[in-house]
Parts: sequence; C-alpha cells; structure tokens
Amino acid sequence: MTTSPLTTPQPIGSGFEGSARDQITNYFRNLRNGDVGALPALAGFIVLSILFSFLNNLFLTPLNFANLLTQTATLMMLAMALVFVLLLGEIDLSAGVTSGVTAGVFIVLVKNFDVNWILAVLVAFATGFAIGTFIGFFVARVGIPSFVVTLGLFLGFQGLQLLIIGTGGTIRIETPEISAIMNQNLPVAVGWGFLAAALGIAVAISLWDRARRARAGVANRALILMWARLVLIAVAGALFVALLSTDRAANRGSLNGVLIESDPIVGVPIVVPIAVGLLWIGTFVLDRTRYGRHLYAVGGNPEAARRAGIKVIAIRTSAFMICSTLAVVAGLFDASRIGVVTAASGSQLVLSGVAAAVVGGVSLFGGRGRLIHAAIGALVIAVIANGLGLLGLPAGVNFLVTGAVLILAATVDALSRKRTGAGVIR
Amino acid sequence: MDVPIIELSGVVKSFGPVDVLKGVNLTARAGKVTALVGDNGAGKSTLVKGLAGVQPFDAGEIKFAGVPVDLHTPRHASALGIEVVYQDLALCENLDIVQNMFLGREEASGGTLDEGVMERQASQTLQSLSVRTVKSVRQKVSSLSGGQRQTVAIARSVLKNAKVVILDEPTAALGVAQTEQVLSLVRRLAESGVAVIIISHNLVDVFAVADYISVLYLGNMVASLETKDTNNNDVIGYITGAKTYEGISS
Repeated sequence: MTTSPLTTPQPIGSGFEGSARDQITNYFRNLRNGDVGALPALAGFIVLSILFSFLNNLFLTPLNFANLLTQTATLMMLAMALVFVLLLGEIDLSAGVTSGVTAGVFIVLVKNFDVNWILAVLVAFATGFAIGTFIGFFVARVGIPSFVVTLGLFLGFQGLQLLIIGTGGTIRIETPEISAIMNQNLPVAVGWGFLAAALGIAVAISLWDRARRARAGVANRALILMWARLVLIAVAGALFVALLSTDRAANRGSLNGVLIESDPIVGVPIVVPIAVGLLWIGTFVLDRTRYGRHLYAVGGNPEAARRAGIKVIAIRTSAFMICSTLAVVAGLFDASRIGVVTAASGSQLVLSGVAAAVVGGVSLFGGRGRLIHAAIGALVIAVIANGLGLLGLPAGVNFLVTGAVLILAATVDALSRKRTGAGVIR
Repeated sequence: MDVPIIELSGVVKSFGPVDVLKGVNLTARAGKVTALVGDNGAGKSTLVKGLAGVQPFDAGEIKFAGVPVDLHTPRHASALGIEVVYQDLALCENLDIVQNMFLGREEASGGTLDEGVMERQASQTLQSLSVRTVKSVRQKVSSLSGGQRQTVAIARSVLKNAKVVILDEPTAALGVAQTEQVLSLVRRLAESGVAVIIISHNLVDVFAVADYISVLYLGNMVASLETKDTNNNDVIGYITGAKTYEGISS
C-alpha cells in the first residue's frame, strides 16, 4: 500500500469487524501476547478438580460441590471487595478484621441489646462504610501508604474485636435469617427460576448492546459468537443448578436392617444468588459506568487521570469505602457458615483474599483485573483446601500448596506484564 | 491581518527572587504553527504552564481572540479551548485508545457508557488527522509505540474541539520515521484551523513544521520571526544570546 497523501485514509476499525473465524484468531493472538486474564486460574481449577476427583471418590459428589461453594463464598466476597483497592495499586490489610469486627457489632447488637436483626445488619454495614471512609481519608487525603494505614487497623481491630466479643469469647448466631444464608437452600423451582431470569437478563443486555453499537454506526462482533457465549453460559448454569437439585443427603443407609431416611437436601444454597448478584452488580459498575472507567484510569496512571479532570482523591476514598462495605458481607457469610462469631473472626481471612485475587489474575500493580478473576481465584484456593482436606492431609500441606499456587500466579502476572510492555522498568 | 487567537503582552512570572518571565509577548494564530524555542531555563515551560492555567502569570495581559481573559485554573484554559499535550504523555497504559481519548468526558446514555458512539468519534477523529499507523481503536495504549502514543494524545485534544493546542517536545523521544509522522500530524492539525504552539529543541523539526518562530532567552522574548524570513544560524544566535534582535516586532 502506498502512503501517498492523496489516498483517502481507511477508517480505523475496532477489531470487532470480520467473521467469527477472524475474531477467534484475534482472540488467540491476544492470548499469545500475554492478555491471559483469568484463564490460568480457570485451567488451574479444572486441573485440580480432575486431580482430586481421581484421588478421592467423595470429591465429585453433589454434597461436596455444595460444601465447596459455601467454603468459597466468604473468600470470594472478600477477594471481590479487595479488587476495588487492588485496581488502584493499593491494599487493604484490614478487610478481614473489618469483616470480623462488623460481624461482632451485628451479633452484640442482636444478642446483648435485643436489636432487630435487620437494623443490626444495617448498623454493621454503616460501620463497614465508616471504616472505609476512615481508611480512604488517611490514604487519599493525608497521603499515608495504604499498607501502613490498614496494617495499623489490622492490629487495632484485633484488639477492638476482643473488646467487643470479650476475651476468648464465642457468640452463637441465632438469627435464622443469617444462618440460612449458608445452611439453607432455595426450593428447586426457585433455583431454576433464578437461572432463567439471569439468562434472560444476559440475552437482553447482549441484544441491547448490539442495537446501541449498530445505532452508533460501528461494527458488532459476529452474531454467532454472542449466541455461542450465551449458550455456553446457559449449559454451565444448567449443569450447576441440576447438580445442586439432586438430593445430596449423606447419612442414608441401613442400620441393623432398619432403613434410615434422612430429610433430603436439595436446591441451590441461598448464598449463591447473593454472591452472583453482587458479582454482577460490581462488574456492571466497573465495566459500564463512568465511575468504573475512572477507577481503572486512576489505577493505570493517576497523573493522567488528574489531568483528564478526574477527582483522584474522591475515587481513591470511594474504593476503600466499597472494599470495607463488601467486607461486611464477607463477615456475615463467615458468621453464617461457622455459626459463631469469635474474638478471632476474620483475622486469618485477608491474606487468603489477596491471594485469591492475585491467583485469579488481578494485578497488584493496579489497573488490571476484574471481579470474576477474584471469584475464580477464590474457587482455586478453596478447592485446594477442600481437596486436600478430603485426602486427610495435614493443614500444613494446604498452606504450602496454596503458597506455591500464589507464587505461580504472581509469576504469570509479572511475565504477562512484560509481554504487554507494561512491566516494571528495571 | 486577522486577530491572533492568543496574544500575550508583558507577561511576568517569578518564583520567589527568581524572575523567570520578564515581560514576554507571544502571539499564536489560528491555522498556524508557532514554534517556541529557547535554551534550558529560558522560561518555555513556565510560559506554557501559565497558558494552561496550571501556574498563573503574576502580571501581564492575556487576550483570547482579541478579548482579555483570565487564566487562573486549568478549567479556565480548558473552557477556552486551550489544550496542552505534555511531554510525559498523560495516557493510561491499561486503557485502550478510545477510553484514553474520552477519559474524563465519557459519552453515556441511560447511566451506562455508550461505547459505540465513543468508538465512532475516536475513529473519525483519527481518520480526519489521516492517521494510518493505528490498526484498531481498541488497542491498549501499552501496546503502542511512542509515535502512536503521541498521535493518540494529539487526537485527544482535537476531539475536545481545542482552538489552541500546545505541544511540549512532541518529538523528543521519537525515531526518525515516527518524528516524520508526528510532524505531518502537527501540520494537518494546523490546517484544520487550530492554533498550534510547539516547543522543541530540535531546530530541524522547527523549520520543517513552524510558520512562526519565537525565541525565549533568559525570560525575555528576544525574537519573533516568520520562518521563511530567517535561518538556522540566526535562530541559534538568538537562543544562545550571541545575537540580538533588531528587526520590527511582528
């Protein structure tokens, strides 16, 4: 092609043009260039699942699957909360203890002060929000590194938790609504209903997006790709709900010739639609709103964001607010699953949360990562604990394997940053 | 002659005891490229920061299209249509070209970002500048070369309907071919009716692209010349202080 100034310039495309085959070729080219996203984590999850199902025949049962989900849910919420601050290249070491302290606030209000549980939940959320505002103020306005501020809170809140719960104290959760999150299941029909509604929304949004792009006069991806993606989601979702709609009660059998019938356990655990709903809302905010775009911009280059007129201080503060508020959800999930709030609730959680986010492909350097990455990373961490637990291996092995997976994931992150030319300059 | 879009007269700026600008005059005309040259410490950056409203001038008159204006904050400058493309390009590497071009003023409808509209406008803007070096407007900036990044940064100012675009050392870090691309982009920018002020140390580039050359020497504007009336040696003389201007001020 000549570059004579007389030729009319070609319109510059978006990469959305071309047939489905071109799109797929493009996709794999991007993968080779280091744009791997959550794929390594997803592959890790599948490989580990296959491995564990060969090593232990209990692994691939509906009961264990439901267990895995509830084991993942707390970690997943915390990892998702952390994504908002990790995107800015910041960290919140206090997210775990924030979940513990706010769960403590909730349980003490309900137990010791006879406060209505809904009001107590609202107070817990308000507490989380206030903690986030506090961190945001010191990081964004005063200019203290987030590592230091949240390390201070991490230490301080362990003390606060002791004071709230009482030394060595353990308070049982007796609010049925909170216990139900992890321990009750949706009726089978409602589970299928949720899936149908989710798919309906997904189809509507996809079609709406295409219509809007068409109206703007820019290319859409080949239609078949949209349907292929939706069918994939539908099949995965249907398998998921079907598996959880079979009876997974374990203690069935005969004793001295007498048949023991236990109540059947069926349905999707209540925590699933809550977690999926929050994942969806968060992803919507990050991908489709000005706020989300500005969050990524501040994470990528704060100076560029400032020059573009983005209120960098407000964005920084808000990320910590969101993180601490979502940590409250993690705290309630944890309390629901374990059934108690203790003086040590949440203090072990935060580093696993960071690990989950990093394993899933969220960059610690800021600017890169999505909520679904954190969710998949949490699944990987949880499946290690679950599988090794079934094999009866000591807890020490669990920590060792989790640590190794984290370093592996961080290596993948660093290497892919080098590939895309965004690596640290040495 | 038509009214210059920017007309500075007697602009003064000092930092404590140091007088950086000692009564500087500068004009920039729509559709023309004005080069601002001078040695390190001559006051080029201070002059640009004043025009951008980042560091307001202490005294002096600023006329925009013949009307006296205040430039006390970046917002004032932006509202008038003065855009600065800084040397350390203000782009987010983790975002793509469209996202960078619309950063801070995204198009939205129904509360959600309207990617289609932004994509079309970004593509059209690059096309209007005859940009050929970019394959896709959805490329991440991290995958672009220095020249392509400069292109995106300049296109960003065009998208804002800037009337005055100030380029700070746009070719400083570029190779030969990329410098050529950026300089022709600067020409097309001026041809579209924008007043371009370009700061450069490279006199070859300046003579290739500028209609007017203004020389700063230790805080004084020692010469404002039409490129066709001068030559390399004269301009070097003014920059180093070896030669003083005796002509008639334009």
